[in-house]
Amino acid sequence: MDPDLALLLNGIVSGLLLGGLYAAAAAGLSISFGMLDVVNIAHPAFMVLGAMLVALFWGATGIDPLVLSILLTPAFWALGAAIYVAYHHFFERRGDEAIQGLAFFFGVMFIIEIGLVLAIGPEQHFADASYANTTWRLGEIDLPLRMLVPALVAFLAIGGLALFLRHSFTGRAIAAVAQDREALRLLAIDPVRIKRLAFGISIAMAALAGGALVVVQPVDAGSGHIFIGRVFAIVIMGGLSSLWGCVLAALAFGVVENVTASFYGPSWSPAVAFGALLLVLAVRPQGFFGRVA
Amino acid sequence: MSDATLPAMPVFPAPRRMGHGAFWLACAVAALALIAVLRGIGSEYAYFAATFVLQYVVLATAWNILGGYAGYVNFGAAAFFAAGAYTTVAIGKALGLSLLPCIGFAALVGGALGLGTGLLTLRLRGAYFAIATLCLSVVLQTLVVNWNYVGGSRGAYVIRPRDIPWPFDTYSGYLCAVAVVLAAAAIAIARTIEKSRLGLGLAALRDDEQAAEAAGVPTLRLKLIATTISGAMMAVAGAPLPLLGSYVEPTSAFGLAYAVNAIAMPLIGGTASWAGPLIGAVLLSSLQQAATVTISSAANLLIVGVVLVVFVCAAPHGILGLFRKGGR
Repeated sequence: MDPDLALLLNGIVSGLLLGGLYAAAAAGLSISFGMLDVVNIAHPAFMVLGAMLVALFWGATGIDPLVLSILLTPAFWALGAAIYVAYHHFFERRGDEAIQGLAFFFGVMFIIEIGLVLAIGPEQHFADASYANTTWRLGEIDLPLRMLVPALVAFLAIGGLALFLRHSFTGRAIAAVAQDREALRLLAIDPVRIKRLAFGISIAMAALAGGALVVVQPVDAGSGHIFIGRVFAIVIMGGLSSLWGCVLAALAFGVVENVTASFYGPSWSPAVAFGALLLVLAVRPQGFFGRVA
Repeated sequence: MSDATLPAMPVFPAPRRMGHGAFWLACAVAALALIAVLRGIGSEYAYFAATFVLQYVVLATAWNILGGYAGYVNFGAAAFFAAGAYTTVAIGKALGLSLLPCIGFAALVGGALGLGTGLLTLRLRGAYFAIATLCLSVVLQTLVVNWNYVGGSRGAYVIRPRDIPWPFDTYSGYLCAVAVVLAAAAIAIARTIEKSRLGLGLAALRDDEQAAEAAGVPTLRLKLIATTISGAMMAVAGAPLPLLGSYVEPTSAFGLAYAVNAIAMPLIGGTASWAGPLIGAVLLSSLQQAATVTISSAANLLIVGVVLVVFVCAAPHGILGLFRKGGR
């Protein structure tokens, strides 16, 4: 095969796998930012918190990192619910969420990040899954399991989430709270309780994404920074409240970043991806898959 | 997206309002007095610490023109700040100019960048605008990292000029005096904007953009003016940075520390008035400087985060808001 073509194909395939990780990271935000209107800028910080905890527990027990991250989800759900209670009490109830709420999550992000540096240290942490060094080959295309397994787990989790949102009563209530809070109240459903539940789910997704992240790459306390732009880019491109739009945007984002990295060097990939987001915001702020507001 | 839901800020019950000229004069006098006092102390560390605090005064005041008066949250303060710093590096290297003309160039670059951001993000409000500015910061950082002329990711060394301008004994003293003048000018500009038609228009579009537009406020033009002025001033704040540390590299120049400080300081002080960012910046940056010296540099950012969260929860209108509530 032509080497350039092989490079391109490999770039696209590993970009798709990377996109799986991005989808996991963005799906939680798609719930909190897209459906609940809570601009949780600290979402990637929660993801890094999850990744670091997984790395620590992996070092202590040797259990598979992805299993560990699933075990972490209840704790993260409770954490998310608690944070939403505080957020609602201080900001949403007063109608102050625009600037003060943003600043609140900005502060939370800093506290998590510096707390991690002080408690664990600034160095990189990693967790080696048992399959991390295996690579499947399909002709000239490499499929490293280190990327494939987290991507598959991410898609499974997002699929489960989508089923829950589409078919269960609570899930439909979450989708409804995005559209009309007052109407929900008329159906005798407490919108605050629903939002608390949904915000907890979004943080639990962050823990899962953290587990996937730490399998893919070593993580340090500041790893979340680059993800802030990425996940918001993906959620906005995906049209905010649409999980499928979010997955498609994540895959596209992963491919663009990866192909740029393989042809022009990794230092250029953020500029291309974020340039794309700036253009999307300037030209089509409702995203490619969103409803026209 | 529920933007523009900030409750109307209480207006200063000002019985005797100071004129613009008088305020500029007062700022100039205060700046001269401060320079004299610092000269009297005369220690290198005092110069450094004062410059550190003053650069945040400029940055916070500049952020507040867009963020506080107009209600547009800019997460990309670090981008503008670093644009200023790298203008100094590039212009200094290309033309061999000294600091003062570099500051002028930084203002031009920052203003152009601000205008460009404004044009690109005109249709965005609330969180979207904030995220767009965050993206701008990443794009700009990538460009600088890949720009070898200013050192790329290795960073750039800037050698302080040997000849020290006349009345100063050391270059740090000169830098500090420049920072004092910049801070005084920034505060005077902010106050002038606040009390002018421009400030009133910005406040109107912060409270309700659609209503303001309907009432004949030229929101588009005002927003562009605010992003331009704010961007220019943030770049000016960053311009002396390479000379302050003799070294500048992308990761720290674009660091989130500047972005979070630029937001935290006005919010802690109070965003409605020029005094808020001043109080917040002096308080928070002195605290950080003290924490860096006594504890560790990681702890100082933790303090900023905790103070920010406590303040937005407990005192949503900042320190000024607390006093105003108590006075009535």
